[in-house]
Amino acid sequence: MTEESSSTKTRLLSRGLTGGIHPPVKSDLGYWLSIRAGALIFGAAIVLFVWSILHQSLSAWTSHGIHILTGTVWSPSTSNYGALPLILATLITTAVALLVAVPIGLGTSLTIIFFLPQRLKTPITSLVELLAAVPSVVYGLWGLFVLVPWMNTTIEPKLASITGGGFPFNGATNGFGLLLASIVLSVMILPTIVAISRDVIAAVPHEQIEGALSLGATKSQTLLKVVLPEARTGIFGAITLGAGRALGETIAVAMVIGSNPQIPKSLFSTGATLSSTIATEFGEASGAQLAALGALALILMVITASVNAGARTLTRRALRGHA
Amino acid sequence: MSMTQDELNPTRDTEPITNGQSAVSTLTPPAMRLENVSVSFNGRTAVRDCTFNVASNRVTSLIGPSGSGKTTLLRSLNRLHDLTRSAKVEGKIMLGDIDIYGGSLPPTLLRSRIGMVFQRPNPFPTMSIYDNVVSGLRFNGIKKKALLDEAAESALISAALWDSVSSRLKAHGSTLSGGEQQRLCIARALAVEPEILLMDEPTSSLDPISTQRIEELMVELKNRVTIIIVTHNMQQAARVSDDCAFLLMGEDRAGELIEFGPTTKIFNDPSDPRTLDYIQGRFG
Ligand SMILES: Nc1ncnc2c1ncn2[C@@H]1O[C@H](COP(=O)(O)OP(=O)(O)OP(=O)(O)O)[C@@H](O)[C@H]1O
Ligand SMILES: [Mg+2]
Repeated sequence: MTEESSSTKTRLLSRGLTGGIHPPVKSDLGYWLSIRAGALIFGAAIVLFVWSILHQSLSAWTSHGIHILTGTVWSPSTSNYGALPLILATLITTAVALLVAVPIGLGTSLTIIFFLPQRLKTPITSLVELLAAVPSVVYGLWGLFVLVPWMNTTIEPKLASITGGGFPFNGATNGFGLLLASIVLSVMILPTIVAISRDVIAAVPHEQIEGALSLGATKSQTLLKVVLPEARTGIFGAITLGAGRALGETIAVAMVIGSNPQIPKSLFSTGATLSSTIATEFGEASGAQLAALGALALILMVITASVNAGARTLTRRALRGHA
Repeated sequence: MSMTQDELNPTRDTEPITNGQSAVSTLTPPAMRLENVSVSFNGRTAVRDCTFNVASNRVTSLIGPSGSGKTTLLRSLNRLHDLTRSAKVEGKIMLGDIDIYGGSLPPTLLRSRIGMVFQRPNPFPTMSIYDNVVSGLRFNGIKKKALLDEAAESALISAALWDSVSSRLKAHGSTLSGGEQQRLCIARALAVEPEILLMDEPTSSLDPISTQRIEELMVELKNRVTIIIVTHNMQQAARVSDDCAFLLMGEDRAGELIEFGPTTKIFNDPSDPRTLDYIQGRFG
């Protein structure tokens, strides 16, 4: 992500949450109408889009009903279309990816802004942004060739020894699986989180930082108690965008998760996410299976939309507390 | 840093507020001493060779035209330039008998002894009024609710804000008027019980009535804290300060201390013609 596009995004985020379209003044009428028309067309396109997916998956919903959501077996060959394993794998990999990427991303942003000497700021920032330019399939390959053996021989045994082979690091290890997918995802969403959080953190007025320091605060107290809370709305936005990307990421996940739809018993389990399943099965699917894949797409969209709506509510609440 | 119960329980508060004790104060040792203090940014000197004493329990004003280095000099007193990589402070600044750049006093501890109020009110927008006032104590490691409550009340009383906010301590600081926000910032600084309070044009963004309240406050606060104020307002310097330092840019645009002395002397009988010119509004 380039510097410009990320700051634009931040601005849009904050504007979208606070602003609205004001009633038209006479001379602005044409402009106002064209904005309304644009919104209308956009809205219609979305409705049409959702309707077409709904329509595509309709036969799956009518023949399997709620079982699509609650069924624990996804096996097209036996006509079992239970998406619960896929939903769980999607949510788990996204959650773990955020758990890894958010602290690292915020730490990176704070370091870039407050600790790096001026001459290192630009190179490090470009380096992080370069991560965003790497195609998904390359991340998948990197996961396959570099991370799988490393996970298998080093990371997974270490983690297992931490919990003594207990949850969530239990069971057989082979490198592939939810944990690896989460780690690949975390690297993929890192640039998004860094780019946006860096902008919102840098936007915290210097007067606030000096205000804290002048009261005897240490640098870390200032960052934790003043800077991060003040940037929290934008940080929520960064996390939401990261979550959106992780939920929908397809190819890289499909390459490293093991393509084995099952209810995960640990982070070492192999699995399959909603998007990876759609991608891997779409080629040979027809009839009932195709409809079931349509249902997966719908579920994925609902999850993504809920995450966005939830984040919006949280930020609104935070902003209201602010005023 | 730890604070004893005594430090947090300012019995001084209950004593009657008396003004005009300057005559006594001159006998006590100075609160701060500046010896040949220079500050430069990227090698360019912004203020040069300032030497003067800041008397305890008095108000010392720094006046001078824009760019003469008043803010720069003030911020060297609580080591706020530490954040600016390009800034360099030379000379000696003594707080009592401690050289503040000497390494024996950590900057965080120094800043809890020398508070600061900024030009624009800067309450922490994510914190309530109460949390703002006790933020400095929390930064300094004080957690006990009873102590914080007591300190908050006493600081808000001292800042003449208690009556208007006591019923809405949980509200956000941003719900206050500009003048109230500035008094909140004063309360926040006072809660840490500093010996010295630095104020950089604290009323420049306020209306005349809020300004007057803060000026009255400064005079009231004198018996418990030494105040150093930067101001552009000549009348304000004359009204509130006991001592006055006049700074002016020299040949190379670096600020220099032209004259320092009792405010009455600076305003009525300055020794330097440039001071007279400035006081009479002939330049600046
Ligand atoms: N962080 C900085 N980096 C570089 N130069 C600076 C910095 N801060 C101040 N200066 C320079 O130091 C000089 C004095 O500035 P300062 O803000 O101290 O003046 P001032 O007397 O407070 O002026 P004003 O009355 O306008 O507030 C100016 O030339 C300014 O450009
Ligand atoms: Mg200034």
